[in-house]
Amino acid sequence: MKPTDVQDPNYFHKVVDCQWACPAHTNVPEYIRLIAQGRYTDAYILNRQSNVFPAILGRTCDRPCEPACRRGRLDGKPVAICRLKRVAADLCGEISHLLPRIPTSKNGKRVACIGAGPASLTVANDLMPLGYEVDIFEKQGKPGGLMRSNIPAFRLPEPVLASEIDLILNMGVQIRYNSPVESMRELLAASYDAVFVGSGAPRGKDLDIPGRYDSDRIHIGIDWLESVAFGHIDSIGERVLIIGVGNTAMDCCRSSRRLGGKDIKVMARRPRRFFKASPWELDDSEEEGVDIVINHAPKSFVVENGALKGMLFERLEWDADARRSRTLDEIFLPAADVILAIGQENAFPWIERDIGIEFDKWDVPVVDETTMQSTRPGVFFGGDAAFGPKNIIWAVEHGHQAAISIHNYCAGLPVADRPPQGMNLVSQKMGLSEWSYHNDYNPAQRQKMRHVDLVERFEKLSIEVELGFTAEQTAREVERCLNCDIETAFTPKLCIECDACIDVCPVQCLTIARNDDELPLRSRLSAPAMNLDQALYVSAPLPQTARIMAKDEDVCVHCGLCAERCPTAAWDMQKFELLISYAGPSFDLGPGVISGNNACTNTTPA
Amino acid sequence: MPSISKPIATHPSLQRNALGLNIRDYEGSMSTLCAGCGHDSITAALVRALWELSLPPHLLAKMSGIGCSSKTPAYFVNGAHGFNSAHGRMPAVTTGAIAANRDLTYIGISGDGDSLSIGIGHMCHAIRRNVRLLYLIENNGVYGLTKGQFSASADIGSKSKRGEPNEMAPIDPVLLALSLGASFVARGFSGDKEQLVPILKAALAHNGLALVDVISPCVTFNDHSGSTKSYLYTRNHDLKATESDFVPPAQEILATIGQNGATRVTMHDGSVLQFKSVPDGYNPTDRQGVVSYLMSQKPGEVVTGLLFIDPSSADLHEMQRTSDTPLARLPFEKLCPGSEALDRLQQEFR
Repeated sequence: MKPTDVQDPNYFHKVVDCQWACPAHTNVPEYIRLIAQGRYTDAYILNRQSNVFPAILGRTCDRPCEPACRRGRLDGKPVAICRLKRVAADLCGEISHLLPRIPTSKNGKRVACIGAGPASLTVANDLMPLGYEVDIFEKQGKPGGLMRSNIPAFRLPEPVLASEIDLILNMGVQIRYNSPVESMRELLAASYDAVFVGSGAPRGKDLDIPGRYDSDRIHIGIDWLESVAFGHIDSIGERVLIIGVGNTAMDCCRSSRRLGGKDIKVMARRPRRFFKASPWELDDSEEEGVDIVINHAPKSFVVENGALKGMLFERLEWDADARRSRTLDEIFLPAADVILAIGQENAFPWIERDIGIEFDKWDVPVVDETTMQSTRPGVFFGGDAAFGPKNIIWAVEHGHQAAISIHNYCAGLPVADRPPQGMNLVSQKMGLSEWSYHNDYNPAQRQKMRHVDLVERFEKLSIEVELGFTAEQTAREVERCLNCDIETAFTPKLCIECDACIDVCPVQCLTIARNDDELPLRSRLSAPAMNLDQALYVSAPLPQTARIMAKDEDVCVHCGLCAERCPTAAWDMQKFELLISYAGPSFDLGPGVISGNNACTNTTPA
Repeated sequence: MPSISKPIATHPSLQRNALGLNIRDYEGSMSTLCAGCGHDSITAALVRALWELSLPPHLLAKMSGIGCSSKTPAYFVNGAHGFNSAHGRMPAVTTGAIAANRDLTYIGISGDGDSLSIGIGHMCHAIRRNVRLLYLIENNGVYGLTKGQFSASADIGSKSKRGEPNEMAPIDPVLLALSLGASFVARGFSGDKEQLVPILKAALAHNGLALVDVISPCVTFNDHSGSTKSYLYTRNHDLKATESDFVPPAQEILATIGQNGATRVTMHDGSVLQFKSVPDGYNPTDRQGVVSYLMSQKPGEVVTGLLFIDPSSADLHEMQRTSDTPLARLPFEKLCPGSEALDRLQQEFR
């Protein structure tokens, strides 16, 4: 193997599994350390730089970071990253002085954003400090997009939603409520320098089976949730069937539980391991007494004299990988209401097809994945509007990238010119066997979220179920983080091949071996490196024997013992900080905004 | 001192031995030796050898004297017995322990100061008596605990950290042991576990005193240029006499035979040692041949490998024809038949 190029920020970035997996690349280990130090405001601001909505995401994020977390490969349970994000938001102090300042003299450029969801809000958040004027067109009377309409208040309380959105709107954004854009052509004729489409994926998929249009008690899931969110619906029948088993279905069944539903069944076509819903959302629904019924395919609605009686299902038997099924029999299930939660898609009836914005054969706009630009220069897409339903954190990242493109576009630069990523790498050595971070491995178990009592929580739709971590839980959970951003950095020319690092490593990460191709090398390390998703860190030939040092990154606990037992400091523990560029000057995080690295300067000796 | 003890986290693929123990179960406390000390590497090699042999921790006894080397029993197999004796007295105390309980496996750890200076007499007599013990000398050529004076194994011309050359002739524990009739003599290097681990396994299976001299660089006082016991010097002057492989009795031996030029020696417990002689004609069962091979090397060469073995040797207990039951477990009445029996015995000599 060739020596690993650790000058490329991607190498060490990839070691920080959570940050790498996060679409917005939030610096997770750093904010967890800030929480551990009680610096909640700093932790909040660090989050906000990349993910813009820490309090909202601390409750609702899809958490791509958690399945990626290295801790999960060691004791089966990842660090409760999302919950800790909420801790930072819950305990955050005054931040107005830490937010970017908005220039009073504008740069003369005007940007229109369609839809006041997370993607458009992020565009506004990134462009307002640069002097742009941003107008947001929102069809509803309140901002938030799907965060407001589709996430029930018992998961995301309205004040939490409102306060984080207000931070952006208060930058001077012009928001026009109850103003759906009905013609893109007309909007483009107005004097905007760029247009951003962040209108989400507002069309729920329908289920065209017999009886579908014979009753008004058959609802489209996301529309129904929206009506609940805006107070248009406040009750439901006792027997409810939810069709589909994604996260929308979970929100529908739990909302039904609070609006009068007593016997609620979520109907799934396939076995449990093929469900789309996040496991914790399934758990939370079942805790509330919702039945999740597998292997049932909807056949028809049963409507008698205009009244919905229930539904007919085919009971299925699947093969091992749930590709082919066989019908066993049919079964009738009674229901007063049925909610369809089988997916959603973006829809653009208001975009004329002859204005240079191309749509593909599925009627989805053609959008560049890097620049977020459509085929019409100056028109950008992001969030669910761009590539179909994803999640909030992806919408935020799309917003950041679109803001960079818009900034380029307005300056007459090619939108494909992307600003660089950089990194800081700083030794954490404070003295002999002393590190600036808490390097011990804590065997604590993942902390369980406490919930509001099962009876009490149904009293009102707006009672938030999750109580957040207690101080004790937080103190335990932060110590589970392995500090993967404190990287093991190796200087081959210093190594005397004494084996001390290899002998002391608790998880057999290290080997000095004859060089070889990657696969044979992986098989003859101290412990076989069979997780091919995790990199091998391979050194240049060592001075004494020309063998190489190989480190399997897979289960390194970043305890620093290799560096502690190294007599020549060939191994060192160095804090990696990814420098992410947003719209505006590279790496400039704005006045008064701390970077992760600054945030830790008080832990190094003066 | 390391800042933390070794995290309890383990690699998911960690294997278990015949006793159901993983290699971490054979570890001890965290080392307080200097970072990069060769002794720690030897400790790691021992941990591996003991784990691979599936030796039950509670049937091990770790014996030592005084010195950096003599601290190392604290750093492996927490569950074993141990005795940290007076300076140079490891072989004497171990002889006593073995006399009392022949059922344990004894690991004596000593250094060049402990064994070649203050304790050399005890070492010689333990070798003579062929006490059944792995006698490990962690040999670094200096007195590390007293800040790096030359020890009795320092080579002529080797320089101290201050630059002064040593002028006195070294004591070579390998040649000394061969001349005293040792039944198992080997030399290893802390920086080469591939060679050291099989040697340690063979030594633990040997029926008698197995002397293993391990070059173990002192990273603080004897790892500079001019030293003849540094990592770099040892690597550049390592002359392998044999390559060995240890096959425990439970394994199918036939399957592993067939290396070119491999010689097999069956140990008393049925395990098999295989050698490959690196120089043509090197025969580790020919004492005279081994001695003359070693004597004919240029000064400064470090000959390593399993150098000599006499698998048929009788250990102390066989020579003394002591009881198969360890003395420690014989009832008191049997051990001490009483004054009447003594009187009778004395009458016989009148």
